[in-house]
Amino acid sequence: MTRIKTLKTRDLCASAEKGCGECQTSQKCE
Amino acid sequence: MIHQFELGGYHIVVDSCSGSIHSVDEVAADVIGLYPDHTEDEIVSTLLARYAGRPDVNEAELRECVADVTALKESGQLFAPDTFAPLAGYLKAKSGDIVKALCLHVAHTCNLNCSYCFASQGKYHGERALMSFETGKRALDFLVEHSGTRRNLEVDFFGGEPLMNWDVVKELVRYARAIEKEKGKNFRFTLTTNGLLIDDDVIDFCNREMSNVVLSLDGRKEIHDALRVDYAGNGSYDRIVPKFQKLVQARGGKGYYMRGTFTHRNPDFTKDLFHMADLGFTELSMEPVVCAPGDPAALTDEDIETVKKEYETLAFDMLRREREGRPITFYHYMIDLTGGPCIYKRISGCGSGTEYMAVTPWGDLYPCHQFVGEEKWKLGDIWQGVTNTELRERFRGCNAYAREECADCWARLWCSGGCAANAYHASGDIRGVYPAGCELFKKRIECAIMMKVAEEAEGLAE
Repeated sequence: MTRIKTLKTRDLCASAEKGCGECQTSQKCE
Repeated sequence: MIHQFELGGYHIVVDSCSGSIHSVDEVAADVIGLYPDHTEDEIVSTLLARYAGRPDVNEAELRECVADVTALKESGQLFAPDTFAPLAGYLKAKSGDIVKALCLHVAHTCNLNCSYCFASQGKYHGERALMSFETGKRALDFLVEHSGTRRNLEVDFFGGEPLMNWDVVKELVRYARAIEKEKGKNFRFTLTTNGLLIDDDVIDFCNREMSNVVLSLDGRKEIHDALRVDYAGNGSYDRIVPKFQKLVQARGGKGYYMRGTFTHRNPDFTKDLFHMADLGFTELSMEPVVCAPGDPAALTDEDIETVKKEYETLAFDMLRREREGRPITFYHYMIDLTGGPCIYKRISGCGSGTEYMAVTPWGDLYPCHQFVGEEKWKLGDIWQGVTNTELRERFRGCNAYAREECADCWARLWCSGGCAANAYHASGDIRGVYPAGCELFKKRIECAIMMKVAEEAEGLAE
């Protein structure tokens, strides 16, 4: 049986690859 | 680093550095708790003893669960190492001297006399003043000149009460719209108001030009009118609520939110939020008062515990309303798990003092609206730019890794190091900590995550 359910989330490590700064001052990534 | 908590009948595991969130049962929660410091055999024997008599907990099941945890660890979704510290200064260093957002203090005066006002009734401990169009125009030019390659620029009309300088607000918006295409920019305007001067002209203009409006209402009439009074001492509730309702109805779904403040008088603030919902408002926020610890409005330690329970009550009630098809939103619970900010933004926070600044009616620059009025925080002005570069560098150093106290905090990539103004007011140092604020923040994030887990489990997610 599966005792662990993982929610879909943004991968923070992967986000290090693509810091543009366009998001609103503090949220959605733009 | 992981954080485990139980709320609303859910066992939830947050993996701080990957951003992963896992909803687990109590057995898996125990496996994850034991995993870092125990062998597989030790975990199995410990839990077989703990769950003796449970038919669903046997050796094969437990070993399968341990294997699942190992797989999550190997895929970087559990016990992910913190590799982000070297990135701590990257975004602000890369941004250089770029400014992308201004808070325009178009009015250092107010038609209300709220005793708890952080801005000393809109005057910010100084003289009453209105920003001239010429000063505001120069501020917009300053923003464009210092925005580099940033396309999205933000301007917040703030006070005091900005509607007391309404003609200048409209002129400044028109000026910005006239130059934005040529400059390759996209201005987003917001306005914060106490509502007294809202009329049809304000409603029409705001609904056309303001991407968001923040409407100050403290909730129940007796709560609101106790502190939000005019100079004759009369409460403002009956005068502003119909205006707010008319404005919101006319906005047709454009952004707004009701922004209340709770104090020692009403730590049971959910009653005020639910009252706002009863009035027809669905986009809601209530924030703890910012004041000195000895102030009669200040929250006590006992209040803080009450507030934490209130945050849970709010989350459960919001889920109930969602099930009934009449949802409300709460500012701090609107987390976006898949489309939220990147790691650089999560580390670097709000950008106060670097990419975000406040402009006084005289054109002076401050790190943010909460520092205005104290000369030592003046950064420069809109004609000469930032002249106190040492101060700007101090703010540039504010991030999720700037405080030793945060080193073992699971929530630091959610709070980004916190609010510099709150830290200063609580500790005297922008890199200090505000422990009560940390407690409340972590509780809010737990509630927000629990709601996401519940929405997923119940099929309520969009």
